[in-house]
Amino acid sequence: MARKDIQLDHAVILDLIKPQTTILDLGCGNGDLLYLLIKEKNARVQGIEIDEQAIYRCVAKGLNVFHGDVDSGLAEFNDKSFDYVVLNQSLQQILHVDKVLIDALRVGKKVIVGFPNFAHYISRLQMFFQGRSPVTSALPYQWYETPNLHFLSISDFKNYCRLKEINIERSVCIGQARKIPFLPNLFAQTGIFLISK
Amino acid sequence: MIKEKKIIQNDSAPGPIGKAGTRLGAVGIVKTQVFTFESLKLESGEKFGPVTLAYETYGCLNKDKSNAVLIVHALSGDAHAAGVHEGQDNLGWWDAFIGPQKAFDTDKYFVICSNILGGCKGSTGPVSINPKTAKPYALDFPLITINDMVNAQRRLVDHLGIEKLLSVVGGSMGGQQVLSWLVNYPQNLCSAVPIATTIKHSPQQIAFNEVGRQAIMADAHWKSGNYYEGSTPSKGLAVARMIGHITYMSDKSMAEKFGRTKKVLGEPFKFTADFEVEGYLRYRGDNFVKRFDANSYLYITKAMDNFDASGGRSFEEVLQGTKVKVLVISFKSDWLYPAYQSKEIVKACKLAGVETTYCEIASTYGHDAFLLEVEEETHLIKHFLKKVFYAYEVTGDYGA
Repeated sequence: MARKDIQLDHAVILDLIKPQTTILDLGCGNGDLLYLLIKEKNARVQGIEIDEQAIYRCVAKGLNVFHGDVDSGLAEFNDKSFDYVVLNQSLQQILHVDKVLIDALRVGKKVIVGFPNFAHYISRLQMFFQGRSPVTSALPYQWYETPNLHFLSISDFKNYCRLKEINIERSVCIGQARKIPFLPNLFAQTGIFLISK
Repeated sequence: MIKEKKIIQNDSAPGPIGKAGTRLGAVGIVKTQVFTFESLKLESGEKFGPVTLAYETYGCLNKDKSNAVLIVHALSGDAHAAGVHEGQDNLGWWDAFIGPQKAFDTDKYFVICSNILGGCKGSTGPVSINPKTAKPYALDFPLITINDMVNAQRRLVDHLGIEKLLSVVGGSMGGQQVLSWLVNYPQNLCSAVPIATTIKHSPQQIAFNEVGRQAIMADAHWKSGNYYEGSTPSKGLAVARMIGHITYMSDKSMAEKFGRTKKVLGEPFKFTADFEVEGYLRYRGDNFVKRFDANSYLYITKAMDNFDASGGRSFEEVLQGTKVKVLVISFKSDWLYPAYQSKEIVKACKLAGVETTYCEIASTYGHDAFLLEVEEETHLIKHFLKKVFYAYEVTGDYGA
């Protein structure tokens, strides 16, 4: 697959991951990222996913995947069983974020987190001028149908890591088509962090 | 070895409809074969023999003998998993899964299914003739275990010249045998697919089996198992089967299948089968006694109850270091072998670092789902086997 065909967040995550490592993807969806990781990084991968139809698509890609929820699925792994634990676009949908992150840092040597930035300027403008919950390309849901349980910003996450003494090894903030190095909490739609404890 | 055995060629098998308009299944006409060996050392230490196993095969074994899949059956199953027997209309019990392009694609794989040790469909069991007395064994038949059944299957697989199975697959008690294979012969397996099963029976599962056994033993015709010359304990066995069928369905599948619909009857006796569900259970019970031996039912259910795949240790410890790839399947409405039991298998695999996939299919059929959810199971099994068979080379094939 040509690099240009790869989703930007997947491309960023690929760059963060060393070849020939072991990876657990929490909330792996259809398994697109895991499939790329096998192909591009020769990684050994395992997914966890709650949606049954997504499980079938993962299995069709030849992936190992567990049907279950992320909140309870992590507890059953030994310490440092994986080189990386990935939570891409799933963190904001998990009930007990704090518990899962602590567990992810236990199970993985490093953790990669990707989430939509609630403080993106378009969200801020919608809130400010319309006085309504934002609906953007990164946060595409109406308030009454969103699977998102938590609304966090890039600054929120950095603050959280400081409080919990989690090391941020790298962070990459992106918009729809490119990286946003300048004022990411204002201009980036998605924050991707490589963290460790 | 292989030359002695007639491998059924399915390539030339007729289509789904035969000359007389009868159903043939995807693999066409098949024949049950037998393999007899002198003796088997049972788990109890006893040497038992001779042992005969009835078996069927579908598809062809490839040159390097790397495409063999062993299918292991549940409590009332037999070697006849697919196709029909000459002149008959009896499709195999997993026919929808076996054949060209099916879950077990007979264009690619060589599929074996054998009747278990202790069964009554051609393999040695309590109904077989004891060579020492020239009468059926009845209760002189030794108490066998799931591991004994698997050890006997291992002999058959050896006989077929297969050193390593591509996979061993089965649901319910078949799943128990899969776990036994996984624990006892990991070096002889590439993969294992336990479906709707458990590491060990819960008290609830043992309880249902015990009620079935008590029903058989309470039948006056049972006579401590010595009924082969007279009337059989058919009432008792029918009640055992009725209880079984209740546990195989779900509340919802029963409601959908029968509701509270009443059968139309003339002048009913006070306790006739008024409701459809009563008629169904009686029909199932009566039908079962025609094809199953009551003593076999006792022996097999006991083997299921006694089985513990972990052998008293933690299952995770038992699986440590295995290279076998595992696919675990459960069903949401299955309350006889609930999903939590499959999750315990998965948990042990996780902790032992075994490559595993798990899916809980949202079926409403209850435990019976493993026989009925053809589409979902086919998708999972087909892709899983493909991955194992081609040793996972990521190609465009998987990109869909």
